[in-house]
Amino acid sequence: MRLVHWLTVAVLVALTWASFSYLALDLGQLFTTEALAQMGKYAVSFFPPDLSGNYLLRVGEGTLETVAISAISTLLAAILGLLLALPAAGRFGVVPRAAARLALNFLRSIPELVWAALMVMAAGLGPFAGTLALALHTAGVIGRLFAETLENAPPEPAQALRLAGSRSSLAFLYGTLPNVVSQLIAYSLYRWEINIRMAAILGVVGAGGLGQMLYFSLSLFHQQQAMTVIIAMLVLVAVVDGASAWLRQRLVV
Amino acid sequence: MNYTLRDPAALPRLCLTALILLLLWPGFQLTEFDPAALFDARSRETMGKFIGTFFPLQTSAEFLQLIAKSTLETLAIATAGMALATLIGCPLALMVTRSLSVSRIGPGPGAALGRAVRLPARFILMFFRSIPEIVWALLFVRAVGLGPAAGVLAIGVTYGGMLGKVYSEVLESNDTRPATALLEAGSGRLGAFFYGMWPVALPELVSYTVYRWECAVRASVIMGFVGAGGLGQQMELSMRMMDGGEVSTILLVFFLLVVLADAVSAFLRKLVA
Repeated sequence: MRLVHWLTVAVLVALTWASFSYLALDLGQLFTTEALAQMGKYAVSFFPPDLSGNYLLRVGEGTLETVAISAISTLLAAILGLLLALPAAGRFGVVPRAAARLALNFLRSIPELVWAALMVMAAGLGPFAGTLALALHTAGVIGRLFAETLENAPPEPAQALRLAGSRSSLAFLYGTLPNVVSQLIAYSLYRWEINIRMAAILGVVGAGGLGQMLYFSLSLFHQQQAMTVIIAMLVLVAVVDGASAWLRQRLVV
Repeated sequence: MNYTLRDPAALPRLCLTALILLLLWPGFQLTEFDPAALFDARSRETMGKFIGTFFPLQTSAEFLQLIAKSTLETLAIATAGMALATLIGCPLALMVTRSLSVSRIGPGPGAALGRAVRLPARFILMFFRSIPEIVWALLFVRAVGLGPAAGVLAIGVTYGGMLGKVYSEVLESNDTRPATALLEAGSGRLGAFFYGMWPVALPELVSYTVYRWECAVRASVIMGFVGAGGLGQQMELSMRMMDGGEVSTILLVFFLLVVLADAVSAFLRKLVA
């Protein structure tokens, strides 16, 4: 066993070394005084951040846009996810189940940023592309969670309603949904939190929000404005973190 | 028997839904929500053409060779980035771990110095990890130029911040009494770490590092989109040229890569567990 460990360590070290040499990365070259001075100059050019009222207003708008992208995309994802979760939980037979699962896997396994790049092509530059991209990826994630929740929901209430002569749609609405709805909402809120972070950076491929502002200002060499946007991102994430922790404490406990 | 089919909760529920929609309404405006934009003639035509070219996959030997090269590059970026991240994370983790503080076990001259070092180290860790890796990549692409170096640095910095924080949390959450005992018996910080903490914490540390490597593989693909080398950069190029066959091939390779990284990481974690 010890031999296996040492062998693994040796292999890992060799692979790391191979990686550096494959990339022809000379870290020494990155850290020469000249390169460091250049990087330092670039870093210094970010300060002080542009805090003029005009620009702050625009960053505020960008922040609102980011929050809106995340909220709307999570809403769309919840709707689409639920629509896909019903067949994926096996409510309509085996074939729709497999098809829905395949669709969910597909939606989920393409990263948000790739979706965003595709949606920018389909819907043009701007926040709508970001909303669609986040909605599609999140629908894959949320649909799977919803499907699992539906599968684990106790079947008895719906069965009782069915046996009493209710239609299956009503049996679902009044027998199953009340049991799972809080879980579904909890999952959606949790994804919303993640999506706010994502929405802030999706813009680097042109999908609106703070990311797009950052990309523009960096491309135009307005580093001080870029710094403002980065600060806005950090503040947004910190606020979301704080709010979610606070809410969780209030609501769950 | 006299009853009406009435849902007593219907009205409040309806009001709540209406309220939520009302609150979200500005959001639809802000996101320029316009499904019609998807279906206007021009974008439908370009998108239709683009999607039409997704199949068949592009499998010419030349292209596959290119893809193999960028896949290797992606893996190399992730691995080299993680090496850098551990180089950044380990010393900082040792610095911020309170249980390894010599001054903590008794009043000593180093207390103020310890605090003075720990606070900035904590701040650096927070700063490194709270800026998303793709933003770091954007910055490094401008600082060191297009290519894998920017990706390696971005992963190194972001994941260094995460590793540092998680390492120190793992060290704190394990039994800290052996380390304290060693410190009290006069051992140095490093001695206390290697003999008091390392043996217990190693599996957890390794397993977290391997998991992060898996994330780094995914991240390095994504970062390619802003020019940090690897598979992502290739995908960005293919998208720009509207070559659907190439895009779908790259997506397929990306899936395989993620599955592979997952399997390797599961294997390595089982080895240490």
